[in-house]
Amino acid sequence: MTAATVDGSPAAAPEEKPKLVVFFDRIDAYNNLLLPFLAIVSALIVGAFIIGLTDIDRLKEGDIGGILTTIKDAYIALPTGALGSLGGISETIVSATPLILAGLCFAVAARSGLFNIGATGQMFAGGMASVWVGFTMDGPGIVQVPLALLAGIIAGGLWGGIVGILKARTGAHEVITTIMTNYIAGLLTLWLLKTEAFQQPGKDNPVSKTVSDKGRLPELFFWSDDPSLRAHWGFLVALGGAVFMWWLFERSKVGFELRTFGSNADAARYAGMKPATLTTLAMFIAGGLAGLGGATQIIGTQGYATESFAGSIGFDAIAVALLGRNKPVGIVFAAFLFGILEAGGRKMQLETDIPLDVVLVLRALIVLFIAAPALTRLIWRLKSEGSTSVLQFRGWGA
Amino acid sequence: MRKTKRFAALALTASLFVVAACGDDEEESTSTEAPAATEAPSATEAPAGTEAPAAGAVSACQVTDVGGVDDKGFNQSAYAGLQQAEADLGAEIALLESASDADYAPNIQAFLDKGCDDIITVGFLLGGATADAAIANPDQQFAIIDSDANDNAGTPDDFADDVNLENVRALNFATDEPSFIAGYLAAGMSETGKVATYGGINIPPVTIFMTGFLNGVNYYNEQKGTAVEVLGWDGTEGSFAGNFESLDDGKKLAQGFADEGADIIFPVAGPVGLGSSAYAKEVGGIRIIGVDVDMYVSNDKEKEVYLTSVLKNIDASVFDTVKNVSETGDAGDDYVGTFANGGVGIADFHDQAGDVPDELKAEIEQLVADFTAGTMKAG
Repeated sequence: MTAATVDGSPAAAPEEKPKLVVFFDRIDAYNNLLLPFLAIVSALIVGAFIIGLTDIDRLKEGDIGGILTTIKDAYIALPTGALGSLGGISETIVSATPLILAGLCFAVAARSGLFNIGATGQMFAGGMASVWVGFTMDGPGIVQVPLALLAGIIAGGLWGGIVGILKARTGAHEVITTIMTNYIAGLLTLWLLKTEAFQQPGKDNPVSKTVSDKGRLPELFFWSDDPSLRAHWGFLVALGGAVFMWWLFERSKVGFELRTFGSNADAARYAGMKPATLTTLAMFIAGGLAGLGGATQIIGTQGYATESFAGSIGFDAIAVALLGRNKPVGIVFAAFLFGILEAGGRKMQLETDIPLDVVLVLRALIVLFIAAPALTRLIWRLKSEGSTSVLQFRGWGA
Repeated sequence: MRKTKRFAALALTASLFVVAACGDDEEESTSTEAPAATEAPSATEAPAGTEAPAAGAVSACQVTDVGGVDDKGFNQSAYAGLQQAEADLGAEIALLESASDADYAPNIQAFLDKGCDDIITVGFLLGGATADAAIANPDQQFAIIDSDANDNAGTPDDFADDVNLENVRALNFATDEPSFIAGYLAAGMSETGKVATYGGINIPPVTIFMTGFLNGVNYYNEQKGTAVEVLGWDGTEGSFAGNFESLDDGKKLAQGFADEGADIIFPVAGPVGLGSSAYAKEVGGIRIIGVDVDMYVSNDKEKEVYLTSVLKNIDASVFDTVKNVSETGDAGDDYVGTFANGGVGIADFHDQAGDVPDELKAEIEQLVADFTAGTMKAG
């Protein structure tokens, strides 16, 4: 045990270190680059066995060569499908965009000591507000698009804020209240989509009116007239959200208070901060980010709302945030990893005979190994080095 | 100490294999076609050799909805049609399953990029994505099941609903006819005087079954002066699982209906219905009516619970579509499956044949004949 392991860097840094070493020290190369790399290698090795073992017909015939070809094709398809073409990159970005924002939502709450699993509900709230702006207005885009995004932020924020107030005033645990508000938001969305105000005329199923053309987020690859490139400016909005979170926690006074409150509520209270206000504020900001994610999904990717537009994004985002260690940059990279797995998985399914279920298992494996650095260390016999800051969540009434 | 930890890690990875291996029997259905896909079909094998286009084997690609290809229902049935095309026409077939409804558009796009002679999208929910792709790619042939490809969300505002897309073959089914017969049968078989139906989600291709079933029960009541009650659907409102995936929901719904006294349940919810049959097998005394395919055959492990199944012969229409494309390059005109053309039907009673009174059997046969002749209407 050495004292230097507290934050992963030597306590007294010598001044004459070469620039490159300093650079690698700063990005914490060991924890941030080597471990994820080895994690992916581990996942691919385990995944290869799974692909082989589930290929019953070839196994029965003893066609090992065929199995190896499938595995090779699958592992080539994963990166080429996600990054090998502009279309693939576009799909990766489309998948990553809402995950970034929902991941930021989880992280903002987590850094403030709150375990917010309500991103799904907050996305529903934000998305429904933005779709309403989207189909009631008809341009100009320069007004309508920001307005729809703003509506998403406010609706998502208020939805999250309810949870914050419940926690601050009554001590209701946010895990329970967010689960319940997720249900409420989902069913409320279903109901709204059946009302005359929202439902697309002439349709029997719960589908909203279409967002007017001027109200859609512009295409990201605007120089290309290929309609299949779906990536939109929502991606830039998401990056903006990441910058906002960095500013919030690293530069702003409120962020400092949230962080202090998150790491030690008693100390924060003693220092004169107001826990009730901070809890509500943290949930408002978190909800606003998720609401923004819902809004980009609606006025960017889909153009209309369905009863399931939030999908599993809100829950995948928890994994994204934890993979990204609740840091903005980490979340962007983690969301990209998920996006790559999503877009590449499609190609994998297309190019090989691997069924969707096995593709999903492979995706889960990669995330699992990355999320469990200790497991990777054990497998590759690496010494435990540095420390990953473990977040603490408070329990009832705190 | 370190050793034990390493062992733990190994055990964990080993358990992953077990998890994967448990999935084996389910994968089997999807991977049976695997070996055939790699061998290039030779032109001489194709029976339609004389009319086959010069380009060689026709390629047909299917996008499933979230039920997946092993849903023992309509996705599987459509794929069976493709497999038949592979065997009989030497077609090259490909499949993309959708994990969520956000996958529909990119999955179709993936096939557009790959290049397929015909893209077959399975289900009403893919209507919007299919219409968008068909408008953007007017030279591409599509076929869609349970939709006109223009009655869903996501269609551009300037795209009127009555426009018929030339390059999309809509495959629809008059499933209210066999459902009507199933309702009549259920009413005649129920001992409690209560039968039930529920849907996956509240969309027309689901509720058409439920309405047919309801009308069939009411017709029986009219004819016989009985008062058999239908739970779960009154013609406009009813019970829905809210999805097409959760077997758990199917179990709960069946349990609820059983508690209310229903002894025959007709689930119209794809794999969700398998949860109801599992429940029926568990408790006994409840009969299930299968949907889309003959579930006595497709769901072998719970076959004893099925009274009959309402058949929607998607496979035949899909095969027919691929055949059209291979012969003429065009998917063909829109299609509506009826009793008359064999597009819909009612399955055998199988093991429960002994339970059905001969008089009821004769009435059912008469109804089938009337629907086939067009003298009977399900409405």
